[in-house]
Amino acid sequence: MEFITKIGKGTVRQILKMGRMGIFLAKSVSCCATPPIKVPLILKQIQFIGYQSLLVIFLTGAFTGMVLGYQGFNTLSRFGSDAFLGPMVGLALIKEMGPVISALMVTGRAGSSITAEIGIMRISEQIDALQLMGLNPYRYLVAPNFIAALISVPLLTAIFDVVGIFGGYLIGVKLLGVSSGVYFGEMMSYVEMEDVLEGLFKSLNFGLIIAWVCCFKGYYTGYYTGFGAEGVSTATTQAVVLSSVLILVWDYFLTSTQLFV
Amino acid sequence: MIKIEDLHKSFNGMAVLKGVNLEVEKGALLALIGRSGYGKSVLLKHVAGLLRPDQGRILVDDQDMCRLRGRDLIRVRNRLGFLFQSGALFDSMTIFDNVAFPLREKTKLSEQEIREKVLVELEQVGLAGSEEKYPSQISGGMVKRASLARALVEEPEIMLIDEPTTGLDPLTGHTILNLIDTCHKRLGFSGIVVTHEVPKIFEIVNKVVMLHEGRVIFAGTPEEILSSQDDTVQTFVAAGAEWLTHDASCPPPMLERRKKNIHAL
Repeated sequence: MEFITKIGKGTVRQILKMGRMGIFLAKSVSCCATPPIKVPLILKQIQFIGYQSLLVIFLTGAFTGMVLGYQGFNTLSRFGSDAFLGPMVGLALIKEMGPVISALMVTGRAGSSITAEIGIMRISEQIDALQLMGLNPYRYLVAPNFIAALISVPLLTAIFDVVGIFGGYLIGVKLLGVSSGVYFGEMMSYVEMEDVLEGLFKSLNFGLIIAWVCCFKGYYTGYYTGFGAEGVSTATTQAVVLSSVLILVWDYFLTSTQLFV
Repeated sequence: MIKIEDLHKSFNGMAVLKGVNLEVEKGALLALIGRSGYGKSVLLKHVAGLLRPDQGRILVDDQDMCRLRGRDLIRVRNRLGFLFQSGALFDSMTIFDNVAFPLREKTKLSEQEIREKVLVELEQVGLAGSEEKYPSQISGGMVKRASLARALVEEPEIMLIDEPTTGLDPLTGHTILNLIDTCHKRLGFSGIVVTHEVPKIFEIVNKVVMLHEGRVIFAGTPEEILSSQDDTVQTFVAAGAEWLTHDASCPPPMLERRKKNIHAL
């Protein structure tokens, strides 16, 4: 009987948490869409989430493209289809790997910091101080991250795609001898604008997931994770894990339902 | 001005407040004393609307804080100043920016006017020259003073002060209490001070309320608490009064008066 009670309590707690996450998202989106919009804070967060992630995106994009170039060439040459290396690298990066890997990188680099920063503000009563000044903490701490993530993640994804395609080019064309004209020519024939837009649509979704989960975990530090430094550390870990899992699950959902197509 | 009626609050089934009633008149400063863990800070957070009670009402000028939402709540909070136990300064901002923050966000004052106002406020709390420092670069006493300046810069009608001297040495603690007294006389706010600084706090407040095990066991003037016949009240006050005979910072006539009051216990 006690076991059933425990399961019931746990389920109710999870449903309440999901409800709170839903309300958090609604409040955040409402603050993003209504004035006053805190432009300096948004620019600061774009600099943090976007500009400061450039190096990691550049590196992961280049090496992902290079690996795809190698593996793609080895696989395609078995069937005598190495001419299709360009479209293979392009489509894999633009439709799937670009949005997903960029989002995972941003989660690890910027998302964790966002959770830690907001979490520390929560446990040191800085969020309470904002509220008691009659100011809305969502507007100052959450909305700028949402807008910045929605702007930055698609841009980072685009950069990842471009760098990855050139990584594939470097290996396929310069190292393994695929013709440069064939690499880009076939890519242009097979990669449609819809594929590019699908990738960007996914990255917009992932940007929202990162901002939503990481801000929520930080904002509710202490409610679900215990207090103090340990609470912030747990919240940060949970934010990265949950964001990453949600990105992969949502990617599957978007791909399988072909929502965008 | 502030009226608390039959306030109950529990956390995870443990009752912290069990029917608290108290009242703060306009312009009066009330000291909320009692042992640690008996719900003083919880009570203060209810008055600020940061916590919702399980039962009871908190009226600020006849407006029930428990029912207020959205803009109505913001309107009341705009009249409040809150000094947190930890200071709660924004640690990524300088002291100047911390104090200027509410003015920048809530008023249409020019940057020059804000600068003048902030510098005057920092001067009042004795922090002139520390404007460009960050909270992590100053002492605990300075953090409390900066936090007080931030709370007072908007000239609130109501001040809620949570353990302003905790973690400070006795002299710095007394300086902070004297500062609160000076600011109270200057601005005329109504307020509640949660403190353990007994009996020093009796010099600056108009009324004292003692919480014990979630209930008010004493409410009266500082003079009345010194002559209270309640054992718990007497013990608490006497424990705080032990240092009296060694208080070098106190003028002799006041020291004599204090000694007389304590001996009368």
